[in-house]
Order: sequence, then C-alpha cells, then structure tokens
Amino acid sequence: MDNLQSYLIISTILFSLGLFGVMTRRNGVAVLMGIELILNAASLNFVAFNRFGGMRELDGQVFGIFIIVLAAAEAAVALAIIINLFKNHETVNIDSADQMKG
Amino acid sequence: MAEVAFIIVAAITLASAFFVVFSPKLMYSGVALFFTLFGVAGLYVFLYADFLAATQIMVYVGGIMVLILFGIMLTNKIASTDLRQTNRGRFMAGLGAFILFLFMAYIALTAQWHTGSPQLLDATVAKLGLLILYQYLLPFEVASILLLAALIGAALLSRKK
Amino acid sequence: MTPTLLFALAILFLPLLSFVFQIFVGNRIGRAAHWFSLAALGITLSLALSFLANIFITPGYALLDVNTVWFSSGSFTVELGIYIDNIAAVMLVVVSLISFLVHIYSTEYMRGDPRYTRYFGYLGLFTFSMNGIVLANSLLMMYVFWELVGPSSYLLIGFWFEKQTAASAGMKAFLTNRVGDIGMFIGILLLFMQLGTFNIQAIAEQVEFGAFDGTGILLTVAGIMVFMGAIGKSAQFPLHIWLPDAMEGPTPVSALIHAATMVAAGVYMTVRIFAFLTPAALEFVAVIGGITALMAAIIAITQVDIKRVLAYSTVSQLGYMVMALGVGAFQAGFFHLTTHAMFKACLFLASGSVIHSMHHALHKIDDHSTDPQDMRNMGGLRKKMPITYISMVVASLSISGIPFFTGFLSKDAILAGTLAYYNLHHGWTIFLPISGFGAAIITAFYMFRLIFMTFHGESARQDIHEHLHETPGAMTTPLIILSVLSLAFVFTIPSTVNPFNSRGWFTTAIQTGENFAGLDMEVVGEALHHAHEPAMMISLTVAALGILAALLFYLFRVVNVEKLTKRINKLGLYNLSFHKFYIDEIYDAILYRPFFWYTRVVAKFDWELYDQKFIDWWGWVTLKLSDWSGYSDYNWLDQKVVDGFGKATRYFGKELRLSQSGVIQNYILGGVIGILSIFILFQAF
Repeated sequence: MDNLQSYLIISTILFSLGLFGVMTRRNGVAVLMGIELILNAASLNFVAFNRFGGMRELDGQVFGIFIIVLAAAEAAVALAIIINLFKNHETVNIDSADQMKG
Repeated sequence: MAEVAFIIVAAITLASAFFVVFSPKLMYSGVALFFTLFGVAGLYVFLYADFLAATQIMVYVGGIMVLILFGIMLTNKIASTDLRQTNRGRFMAGLGAFILFLFMAYIALTAQWHTGSPQLLDATVAKLGLLILYQYLLPFEVASILLLAALIGAALLSRKK
Repeated sequence: MTPTLLFALAILFLPLLSFVFQIFVGNRIGRAAHWFSLAALGITLSLALSFLANIFITPGYALLDVNTVWFSSGSFTVELGIYIDNIAAVMLVVVSLISFLVHIYSTEYMRGDPRYTRYFGYLGLFTFSMNGIVLANSLLMMYVFWELVGPSSYLLIGFWFEKQTAASAGMKAFLTNRVGDIGMFIGILLLFMQLGTFNIQAIAEQVEFGAFDGTGILLTVAGIMVFMGAIGKSAQFPLHIWLPDAMEGPTPVSALIHAATMVAAGVYMTVRIFAFLTPAALEFVAVIGGITALMAAIIAITQVDIKRVLAYSTVSQLGYMVMALGVGAFQAGFFHLTTHAMFKACLFLASGSVIHSMHHALHKIDDHSTDPQDMRNMGGLRKKMPITYISMVVASLSISGIPFFTGFLSKDAILAGTLAYYNLHHGWTIFLPISGFGAAIITAFYMFRLIFMTFHGESARQDIHEHLHETPGAMTTPLIILSVLSLAFVFTIPSTVNPFNSRGWFTTAIQTGENFAGLDMEVVGEALHHAHEPAMMISLTVAALGILAALLFYLFRVVNVEKLTKRINKLGLYNLSFHKFYIDEIYDAILYRPFFWYTRVVAKFDWELYDQKFIDWWGWVTLKLSDWSGYSDYNWLDQKVVDGFGKATRYFGKELRLSQSGVIQNYILGGVIGILSIFILFQAF
C-alpha cells in the first residue's frame, strides 16, 4: 500500500467529503470543519507527491507547513466572524447572513 | 505489518471524516474531526514527514481543534442541538461531490504520474529549517505577517463593542 | 558636378533662394533684407557674365548640355536638363542684368511699402522662373517654368491688390496667358506624340532627318500651337490685351516684365523652336508679328498715360521681334530682343522715376485725385530731372532707330528682313514691310511725343512742378547703366565703330540660325544682304519723319493738335486708336457677354428646372421615404425588436434572479458543477 495512488485516493475522499460538508451544512462551525477537511486533503497530496514524485528536496512538506499556518489563521478569523454573527443574529446559520449589511 | 497499520490509520481517518460530515450533532462532528486530524498526522508519519506530523498534532489538534470546540460551545445553545443541521440541495450536493470524487479518483488511478523511487528520510527538521530560511524565506515572512493580521483581525472582530 | 553645371544651377536657384529668404525671413529683418536679394542677384549676374565670356573662349559649342531623368514609367521617360548655348548665355545676362538693376531701383522706388520684403521675394521668384525658361533644354521643362512665370507675374502685377484695378489686372494677365498656354501644351504634346521626346535639340535633329516628311502639315500645326504660347506671353495680337493692364503693377515690375522676363520669354521660346518651324508656320508668325507691331504702335499715339504709351510700345516692339523671326531674320529678332531689353528697361525705369517724383510732389501738395502717370499733368520736367531726361532721350533715340544707338542696329536688320521677305515672295507680303516701316515712323513719333509732353514745354501744373526733384541715386544709377547699354558701340566694339554696321561680338556669337523644316537660310541670308541698303535708307527716313512730326506737333506747336485730332476723328480714327481698336470691347461683345449670357441661361436652367423641379422632387421623394422609414423604424424596429430585447432581458433577469439565493453553498455547488462540466468536456474531446 506504500504507493502514491493510495494516498491520492484517501485525499480525494477527504476532499469530496469536505466539499459535501461545506455545501450541505448550515452551521458556520460545521462549514469550517468541512474546510479543514479540504485543507488536510490538499496537504496530504503535497506530502505524498513530495515522497513519491522523485524529488530530492522537501518542498512539498514546506507547503504542508504553510497550509497548516494558513488553516490556523483562517480558523481564528472564521471563528471570530461566526461569534460576531451569533451576537448579531442569535444564530450561526450562514444562510441567515445574506443581508450584506449590519 | 506496516500495511496493516496503514490500513487501520486510513480507515480511522476516512470513517471519522464521514462522521464529521454526516453527523447530525455538531459536537459529535467536532470530536470526529479530532480523530480525522489525528489520522492525517498518522498518514504523515507513513510518508516519513515526522516534523509535519508533529506540527499537525500540535497546531491542529492542540490549537484549531480547541478553537472549533470553543466555537461550538459558545454559539450552540443546548436546546438547539436538534435543529436541522443541513440545508436543502442535499441530494444535488451529494451527487456533485460524488461525481467529482469519481473523476478525481479516476484521474488519480489512471494518470501517468511522474514518480521516482520513494524518499527514505530520517530527520527532516534540519532540512525543512534550511529550506524555510533560505529558499522559502519570503513566503515564511509573508505567512508570519498573515498570522499577525489574522490575530489582530480576530481580536478586533470578537471584542465587545 | 562640373563647375559649369554648378554655376548654371546657381544661376537658376539663387533667385529662388532669395524668394524663400524674403518670404520666410525677410519680414523679420525689414528693409535691410533687400541686401540678401541684391547679393543673390549680383552673384547670378556675375555667373551669367562668366558664361557670356565663355562664348568667346569656346565659340560655337554648347557650353553646357546635361540631362537627368526626372521620372520614368515603363518606356515613358521624362528628362530634365540644362542647355546653355550662346543664345541662352546672352539671354541669361539680359535677364539677370535687368533683374539686378530692377532690384537696385526698387530699393528706392518701393521704400516704405508695407510688403517691401515680399516684393523682393516675388522679384526673385520671377527671375527664377525666367532663368528656368532660358536654361531649359526641353519643351516640357520650359513649359513648367513658363507656367511658373504666370503666377509670378500674377503676384507682381497684382502686388498692390488693395487696388481693384491691380487685382483684376493680375487676373487678366494670368487668364489671358492661359489661353496661349493651352495651345502651347497641345503643340508640345503633338510633337511628343510624333517624336517621343521633349528635348528641343532632339526634336530639331529628328526634324532634320525627316521625321515629318509627308506630314508637314502636322509640323506646321504643332509649330503654330507651340507659338501660341508666345502669343500669350509676348502679348501678340490677339492676346495682347493683358499687357497694358499689367501697368497696374509697380513700375520696376513693368520694367522687368516688359524688358527682360515675361514678354521676352515668348520671343525666346520662338527663337528656340525656330529650327523646326515650317515656312508656313513662320508665315503665320510673321503676320501675327506684323499686325501686332503696327496696331500697337497706332494705339500708342493717342495714349496719355506715360506707362501705357510704353506698354503699347512694348507690344509693338515685340511684334517686331516676332515678325523678324517669322521672316527668317533670326539673328535680327534675337538682337532686337536684347537691345530692346536694355532701352525698354531704361524707358520704364525712367518713367518710374518721373512717376515717383510726381507722386511725391502730389503727396506734398496733398493732392490725391490727380493721376501721377498722366502726361497731361507733366511738362517741363527737363530741368528738374536732368538724369532721367537724358537717359530717356537716349532710350527713345534707340527705340526710334537712330544711328549710334542699339535700336538702329537691330531694328534696321528686322526691317531689312521684312523687305527681303517681300522681295522673295511678293504679293500680299508687302504688308510686312509696310507694317514694319509704318510702325517705325509711328514709334519715333509717339516716343518723342512722350518726351516732349513730359519733359519740354510749359509745366501743366505749376504747383506740382515746384515740388518735383530728381530721384535718388539708387534709381538714377540703373538709368545711367541702361542708357549706356543703349549705345551702339556696346554691341559692336571692338570690331567696328561704324554706327551703320552691326557687325560685332553679338553677331559673332549669335549666328544666323538654322532651320530644318524647309526654310533655306542661305536664300534668306542672301535676300537680307540685298535688302540691307534700301531698308537702312527707308528706316532712317521714316525715323526722321516721325521725330520731325513730333517736333512740329508737340514741341514747336506749329500744328494745332486738337484741331487735327478732331479732323481725323471725323472718320473715328482717333477714337479707334484711343480705345485700342476696341479690342477689349470686341472681346467683351463676342466672348464675355455671350459667356455671361450663357452662364445666366445655365444658372436659370439650373435654378428653375434642375433645382426647383428635379432636386425638390427628389427632396419630396426623400421626405416621403423618410416618413415611411421613420414610421417603420418606430413601429417595427423600435417597438418590436428593440423593445423585444429589453423585455426578453427583463424576463430572463426576473427568472434568473431566483438563482441568486445569497446562500454561499449553492454557489459552491454551481462551481462544482462547472468544474465537472469542464472535466466532462475535456474527457469528451
């Protein structure tokens, strides 16, 4: 099982699940979790290609680190927004945030 | 032996990911995400990315996960846990995601990837450190600015008016 | 580039340089700008003199004969070239000398004119055009400069265009010349069609070797056609009408036009094409010259405007030259062109001097209604303006054909030519010597009438007389130079000092000319030789008679002129002369009036039928069409098609608005479907 394809399949499943979650969930926090899945899928792809793609350096892993950094920043900001949304609307359902104001 | 371990880790990852997406209860989704992220960290270990696996556990499991759980707990009233958690268009979204999955899996399995012999690495930390501070110095600095901006932005957004 | 060619080009382009300088820079410099023109013309003159000197070093050869391709299109090639032989060299000196002297003279005459520098520019342009004609080796190039003379003269004759008469005189000169130029152009094209070249030497050569054998009539027609240009430019009957009107220009310009440049161009051109003019064409030329010489002389008798007398005198003398060429007295014709240039320039500049002085005197007594050119207001100017007087007398003696003066030499040769022509052909050709001698006696008469009326006798207006004075040195110096050049010895020394013998450097340089179109020059020369003696006798007699008559009429007042005039006028003869044979009136009656009548008819037709009926009908149709078009545009295109698009857009917008739910997840779904579509498309193709 130590080959590129198995990791790609795993990351594809993760990605599709994350996408499905993003598309179907109403709760903002749940949408955020879907996004985390997608980001992990991407990161896993980077690392897998780094190992099996015939590279001598570790550029793929560097990208993984950057993705983690990005995810951290994104999660912090998203949660701040969600808390704000909750304060204003008494809900975290993102389809209630379609006012484009206030 | 390693293969069995790999299959177990992959199975845990995917199963918990399913749970994250399909669980009607948000708190259960959050806990399932915990396992998914752990699973991905395990996969990193299988890919000889030890530093990345450690980072995954520390940042994701230790930071983001806690943040998300806090978010769930802060915003969810106990009474509303049985609220409908999914929106309409569920079938269309499922179909779209599934077909996309089929396509990507098809590509992943049939494409002639440019591959070489798998890297066999022991300590990646030193190499990563050199890479980040030489070749990727500018993205690294930009990332730090991004983090700073996110910090300030988050603080600004969530403070009391 | 040989020095000779360089010199020739300098002669051609220095006056043009002067023109460009005066037009673009002169105005900023002001009066001092004339030094540039004077320098340019001075150099031109000295170069021309160097060519003249060359005649004696290498006699009988063309000094310069260069050709360059102007443009070529397939087998059709047009060449430009410069050809300088003895004739051109003499002519160059004449042109640049007169032009130079006119430049000097003008510095004083035009002093204070608001367009002073522009005037010098125009003089330069005029000299440039004339030098171009002289230097041209082909009829086409000559024609180009020929046409350039037209606008130059237009600019100069109409120089004081604030005066209506001056403006229309410029126009008249230009348009009248066009009539001749059309003929000349047709002639040039006839020759080109037949011979395939514009080069004058080449044409003469081809004619010599029988290019027109069997089609002599065509050569005659072509020759007459080309000569038509000369009829226009040299003011020959019936196109002479522009020249007297051209007196409206500044007097130095008149001197330039009538002595050296414009009118001389016609004669010079005839000299150039002489070699291939058939006897029949030459006969035509001679008759035209004869008519012009006599008619203009008769008109000159009765004119009272000092410049108009000289203008008709010019026409008459040009008639002489043309007639000389017509009868085959080639040398005499060109000789008269040269001598005439000197004494006529002298006469004009002297008359300008008188007018200038009169003008100043009138200005002083604040009289603006009196005509400063009318001889009836003059009289007794001899003591006030001695230099002008003497130079004018010298020039008058010369033009009258008195021995010791140049006019005698050339005129005598022409008269001999006419006599010889009669001796050869008999019959009606008696007209030519009659015209020649008749014009000679009249010339002597009217010239001395002019002298006596202007310079002798009692002053007609004492108030004007008191303020008259001799003009400054810039004006008298050219007079002195020109009157010296009117003395016979200038052209004969050092060969002979005999005043009755014209043999000298000029006759050596200018040979009798050749004719390849059928005229036997040897026979003509023989006849000329025989006619020489009697012609001289008669011409001396008639000149003396003319002067005597003038003395009796205008100096001693033995004959009451007015009574005589009335008596003559019983037959309408005086009026006939005074009104210039009514030629302007005849043209008015047979050309202008019918033309205006025709234009009125056409205008009427145009307005009443074409405009009011046809055009307005079309307007009505257009109106109806546009009504219908507007109706259909509004009802169909606007209301249906354009509004239809609007409605459709609004409908689709209303429907599609529903898809914009504001739910981000639906958008993501849309994105996923888009990606899938792209995948599917890539897989499918």
